[in-house]
Amino acid sequence: MGALEAVILTIITASTPLLLAAVGELVVERSGVLNLGVEGMMVMGAVCGFAAAYTSGSPYLGIAAGITAGIGMSLLFAFLTQSLVSNQVATGLALTLLGLGLSGLIGEAFTGLPGVKLPKIWIPVLTDIPFIGPILFGQDILVYVSIALTIAVAHVLFKTRIGLVIRAVGGNHHSAHALGYNVIAVRYACIAFGGACAGLAGAYLSLAYTPQWIENMTAGRGWIALALVVFSTWLPRRLAIGAYLFGTVWIMGLYVQGLGIGIPSQFLSSLPYLVTIVALVVISGNRTLTKVNTPACIGQPFVPDR
Amino acid sequence: MKLILEKRQEHSQAMAYLSPVIAIALTVVIGGIIFALRGLNPFEALFIYFIEPVTTLWSLEELAVKAAPLVLIGVGLAICFTANVWNIGAEGQLTAGALLGSAIPILFTGWQSPLTLVAMLVLGAVGGALFAAIPALLKNRFGANEILTSLMLVYVAQLLLDWLVRGPWRDPKGFNFPKSVTFEDWQLLPTFGDGRVHLGAVFAVIAALVLAVVMARTLKGFEVRVIGNAPRAGAFAGFSRNKMVLFCFLLSGGLAGLAGICEVAGPGGHLQPNVSPGYGFTAIIVAFLGRLNPVGVLFAGVLLGISYLGGEAAQVTLGISDKMAQVFQGMLLFFILACDTLILYRIKLLFGSQLRQVPAE
Repeated sequence: MGALEAVILTIITASTPLLLAAVGELVVERSGVLNLGVEGMMVMGAVCGFAAAYTSGSPYLGIAAGITAGIGMSLLFAFLTQSLVSNQVATGLALTLLGLGLSGLIGEAFTGLPGVKLPKIWIPVLTDIPFIGPILFGQDILVYVSIALTIAVAHVLFKTRIGLVIRAVGGNHHSAHALGYNVIAVRYACIAFGGACAGLAGAYLSLAYTPQWIENMTAGRGWIALALVVFSTWLPRRLAIGAYLFGTVWIMGLYVQGLGIGIPSQFLSSLPYLVTIVALVVISGNRTLTKVNTPACIGQPFVPDR
Repeated sequence: MKLILEKRQEHSQAMAYLSPVIAIALTVVIGGIIFALRGLNPFEALFIYFIEPVTTLWSLEELAVKAAPLVLIGVGLAICFTANVWNIGAEGQLTAGALLGSAIPILFTGWQSPLTLVAMLVLGAVGGALFAAIPALLKNRFGANEILTSLMLVYVAQLLLDWLVRGPWRDPKGFNFPKSVTFEDWQLLPTFGDGRVHLGAVFAVIAALVLAVVMARTLKGFEVRVIGNAPRAGAFAGFSRNKMVLFCFLLSGGLAGLAGICEVAGPGGHLQPNVSPGYGFTAIIVAFLGRLNPVGVLFAGVLLGISYLGGEAAQVTLGISDKMAQVFQGMLLFFILACDTLILYRIKLLFGSQLRQVPAE
C-alpha cells in the first residue's frame, strides 16, 4: 500500500464521524433548533457502542446501541427545550456536561479493553483494483452510510414535502403553526434524528476510528461538527466538503508529527481547533452567504397558542 | 395524555426561589436511585456525598478551596449569561491566567519582593481577560459565534500549557515529570487556618459582593439586564451590544484567569498539565443554579464544591467512581433548567376526556 493511499484512507476515517454528526445537526438546525449537546450525545454513542460491541462481540449491535444512546440523550434535550421551553443554549450545554460525566461512569469498566473493530467491506475484483479499489470499494459500511445519508438529507430537505415542512418550521414557526403543522412534533423528530446521527458518529469513533474506549475520546469533535454546520451555511453539499477538509487537517497534523520535523506535537494537535476558528471567522465575515440560508427561528422558543 | 404550558400573568417570585430547591431535591432522589441500582445503601452514599463534607472543620476548609474558583468564575459567567453573551470557554481562560501568572515565578525565579505576588495575580487576570478578548473581538468584528470560538480556545490553551510544562518550562530538576519549578514562599498565596484556605476564597466573596452591587445599583448593571432581556430596547437606549460583548468577556475572562493563577499559587504550588478539574465548565452550572445572581452564585458555588468533595470521599469510602460527581452536576443543571419553566408557566397535564374539550382562550 502506497503512502498516499494510506493517507487518503485515514482522512476518510477521520472525516466520517464529523460528517455523520454534522449532517444530523444540520437537520436539527434547519428545523429551528440549536442543540449544543452534540459532543455529549456523541460521547454517549461512543461508550454505549463500545460497551454493546464488547459484550456481544458484534460491531453491528454496537452501532445500534450507539444510535439508541444518541436518540435517548436527544429526547431529554427535546423534552426540555420543546415541551418545557427551556433555554436551548443552556440545555445543550447541560446535555454535553451530562454526557461527558455519564460516559465516564459507564466507560470506567471498559477502559483499556480491546475493542471490536468494524470490518471493512471487500468486494471481489473491485476492491482489488490498485489504489482506487481500497479507497472506493474497501471502506467500512459507515463510510458509505455517511455519504448516502448526506445525499438523502439534501434530497429530503430540498426536494420533498417533508423537507419543505422542516424548513418552514425553522424559517417561521408561527406561520407553520398557523398552516396547521405541528411545530413541536416536527422539531422532536428532527432532534431525535440529530441524536441518532451523533450517536452513530460516536459509535464510529469507538468501533472504527480507534476501536477502544478512552475517556472524552470525542475530543471536541461534537463542537467541530457544530461549527461545520455554520461553515456549510446549512447546505449538505458544503457540509460534506467541510467535513473532509477538517478530517484532512486532523490527519495532516498527525502525519507531520510522524515526519519528525521540529514542531511540537501540541501545536499540531491544536490545528483542528484553530482551523475551526479561522473557518468560522471567514464564513461569518461573509454576511450575505450566511444570511441567505440561516434558519430564521434558530434557537427561539415556541409555545403553541391554543 | 398531553402536557400543556399556560403562561402566568407575571413571574412567579416564589418559583424563582423554589426552583433550585426542587432541582436539588430531584437530583438527590435520582442520585439515590443510581446508588441503589449499583447495590449501595442510597442513604449512606448520599450522606457521604452531601452531608459529611460539611461536618468537620478540615473538610469545611477544603470546601472553601474548591468553592473559591467556582464562585470567581461563576459570578463572571452569571453577568455574561444575563446579557445573553455566551462565554463557555472559561476553562481556557482559567488556563491562560494560570500560564501568564506563572511566568513570573518560572522566568524570574529570583525576584523576591512584596510585589511579586501582586504582579502574578494581575498577570493572571490579564491573561484570562486577553484570552477571552479573542472570541469577543471575533464576534464583534466578524460575527463569529462566540460559543464555538470560546470553546475551541479551551483546547488551544490546554495544549499550550501542556507544551510549556513538558518543554521550555519544565523543571530541570524535576526527574522529567511534566511540571514547572515549585514556587517559593513569596510566590504563594497567604493562607488561613490550617494552611489550606488561601486568598482566593476572599477574592471570590469580594467579587460576588461587588458584582451584586454593580448589578443591583449601577447603570452598568441595568445595561447588562436590558441588553440581555430586551436587545431592541437596549439599542434605542443607546447601549452598544458590541461593547457589552467585550465587557462581559473581559470581566468573566479576567475572573477566570484570577481563579487560574490562584489555583496554581494556592493549592498547586507549581504548574502542571491539568490545573483545574473542569472548574470552568462546572461554573456554568454554578451560574445557573445561582439564578445568574452574584449572591446566589456564592451559595451555588459552595454546593457544587460539596459535590466535588463528596465525589472524592465516596471514591475513597465506597469505591464509587469520581465520575459520579460529574453526573450529579450535569443532572442538576438539567433539573434547574426544567424547573425554571415553572417561573414563567404553569404546567398542566390533560388526560383522555379533557383533551377533547380544551377551552379556547
